[in-house]
Amino acid sequence: MNPRTIYEKIWHAHLVREAPGEPSLIYIDRHFIHEATSPQPFAALRANGRKLRRPELTFAVMDHSVSTKNRDLPMLDLTAAAQFDALAKNCKDFGVNLWDMHSRDQGIVHVIGPELGITQPGCTIVCGDSHTSTHGAFGALAFGIGTSEVEHVFATQCLQQFKSKTMKIDVQGKRPHGVTAKDIILAIIGKIGTAGGNGHVVEYTGEAVRGLSMEGRMTMCNMSIEGGARAGLVAPDETTFAYLEGRPFVPRGKEFQEAVDIWKSLATDDGATYDATVTLRAEELAPMVTWGTNPGMVTQVTSRVPDPSSFPDLADRKAAESALAYMDLKPGTAMEDISVDRVFIGSCTNSRIEDLRAAAHMVAGRHVAKSLKQALVVPGSRTVKAAAEKEGLDKIFRDAGFEWRDAGCSMCIAMNDDVLPSGERSASTSNRNFEGRQGKGGRTHLVSPAMAAAAAIEGHFVDIREWNSANGAE
Amino acid sequence: MPKPFITQEGLAAPMDRVNVDTDQIVPKQFVKLITREGYGKFLFYDWRYLPGEQPNPEFILNTPRYKGASVLLARANFGCGSSREHAPWAILDYGFRVILAPSFADIFYNNCFKNGILPISLSNEQMDELFKRAEENQGYNLKIDLENQVITDHKGLNYEFEIDPYRKKSLLKGLDEIGLTLEHDADISAYEKKNLHVPAMHEALDVKYHHD
Repeated sequence: MNPRTIYEKIWHAHLVREAPGEPSLIYIDRHFIHEATSPQPFAALRANGRKLRRPELTFAVMDHSVSTKNRDLPMLDLTAAAQFDALAKNCKDFGVNLWDMHSRDQGIVHVIGPELGITQPGCTIVCGDSHTSTHGAFGALAFGIGTSEVEHVFATQCLQQFKSKTMKIDVQGKRPHGVTAKDIILAIIGKIGTAGGNGHVVEYTGEAVRGLSMEGRMTMCNMSIEGGARAGLVAPDETTFAYLEGRPFVPRGKEFQEAVDIWKSLATDDGATYDATVTLRAEELAPMVTWGTNPGMVTQVTSRVPDPSSFPDLADRKAAESALAYMDLKPGTAMEDISVDRVFIGSCTNSRIEDLRAAAHMVAGRHVAKSLKQALVVPGSRTVKAAAEKEGLDKIFRDAGFEWRDAGCSMCIAMNDDVLPSGERSASTSNRNFEGRQGKGGRTHLVSPAMAAAAAIEGHFVDIREWNSANGAE
Repeated sequence: MPKPFITQEGLAAPMDRVNVDTDQIVPKQFVKLITREGYGKFLFYDWRYLPGEQPNPEFILNTPRYKGASVLLARANFGCGSSREHAPWAILDYGFRVILAPSFADIFYNNCFKNGILPISLSNEQMDELFKRAEENQGYNLKIDLENQVITDHKGLNYEFEIDPYRKKSLLKGLDEIGLTLEHDADISAYEKKNLHVPAMHEALDVKYHHD
């Protein structure tokens, strides 16, 4: 057999039907749903008199609009309340596992899936949510789908798909101190652009990727979609297996060993080829900060806001001008001179225990700047929250002037009360700096958790590589 | 089931901006709704309205000359970001049936076909020409003939375009994709039987409607 990439192996293992001139029918192993994109497909299923084929492979959670404050209070947002009610009723009627907003294990869908071990190597995983690419960190083929496809999976447990092209993104060498998975993926998007991965499934390889924890790999795969790729994945290895062992949905004992043997065979074969290859040298990377209104508008923290006239392409120049007007930034401003009003540490990109540890490490024994209006820590799940509290991270954050909240999507998408007000500027560990994403008129700078934490302390961006040692920490 | 798409002739409106993301096409507050109808009024909401839902006169689609447009001219990577199908719902409900752009984001592109919208990729040069014509000529109409894969205007423009033959057939006939997949139920069942042991999921814990 010809050498194959991990994507090709997973694809072929899930082929239900192939016919010339038609998209292939591929089987879906895990279907995650949440309140925001599931009401319409459930309604369509009912209207068409169709059954949900595999309710036991469908997993629901409330995350997008949940309050991160007190959930025992009546909901004032009646539109969101109706959406939660619809999800609860739909899950009950169709027999779907639901982690509702009061569940002990509730959290952001892309945090709890891996945490519960529902996400496993070699699986096909979909969700009506573009950040489903997160699950690719486990060597799964995971991608976001629209509502019509959610309905398709409900009714058939399959999807009609055209095969994607493959792209290898190789991050060679060791990751320098102060450079996190977030910085690597932001640097990648800065290099390939927000459409660079269109039509491709990305495989991340190289020493710097191998050296990442599962949390770090999830951060990278999560933002594959911001580089245009529907799916991004990392071949599973010992780090993956160690993370999975013992989690609720993962096989135990002898079955686990058998599963590991299968998972080990997923790695891309030597000699397999990709349609495109991108290479980065890890030692050239630095902490990154976005300056514009998409994640590709990004630069190193020691750099400056670019001058739109420096872009050779007219469309890029116009986009940069429009972005700087929205962001209220002047070309040539040092990134470190940009001050922030609010800091948000959370989202499916950066809200896992390792992220919170990194942020807590920066703020321990310090206090947020007086100029700061709000500093928010929103754990990705209640499991993460409980683990952090056990380590005393909540106390570190609170003592430093942060608010310690309950789990959910929160200010990444601002569908609940956690909103960045118009005209204000945030340092955010989330994934999208689109206009209005965190609140209409809000200005978002995407950074790593450590960078966000340091920005909260100083009130402006700082190079954590210098700042941390200058301040006596590690 | 989408409406069949045959030939579309209509007014072209230019949206001269790269990387238009689905958060701009339909802002998140409207992703809280549980229906799929009536999203046209939310299309480009934050750009289109001033406070108090007053139409923003500076927004291109609010210009009287583009009222009633059904062909949207767009720039590269249109529809990037969130997978929300609310974006094509809004575009369709507003009245657009065709989007012409140099490139589209994958999920959005796919979602268009599910809703009877035809997204067509043209070269940058062709798009520049279309933008120029739409801006220079009031009431600039384009005719999109899907069967023959040709775009024409009344001034001699004639662009051929590419489309996957299967997607073309689906659009022309307004096919029910789920219905078609269900016709292969035997294949699906055979696959399930063959792969009974994979994925090896541990007996699910009792998490159903878990409530502390």
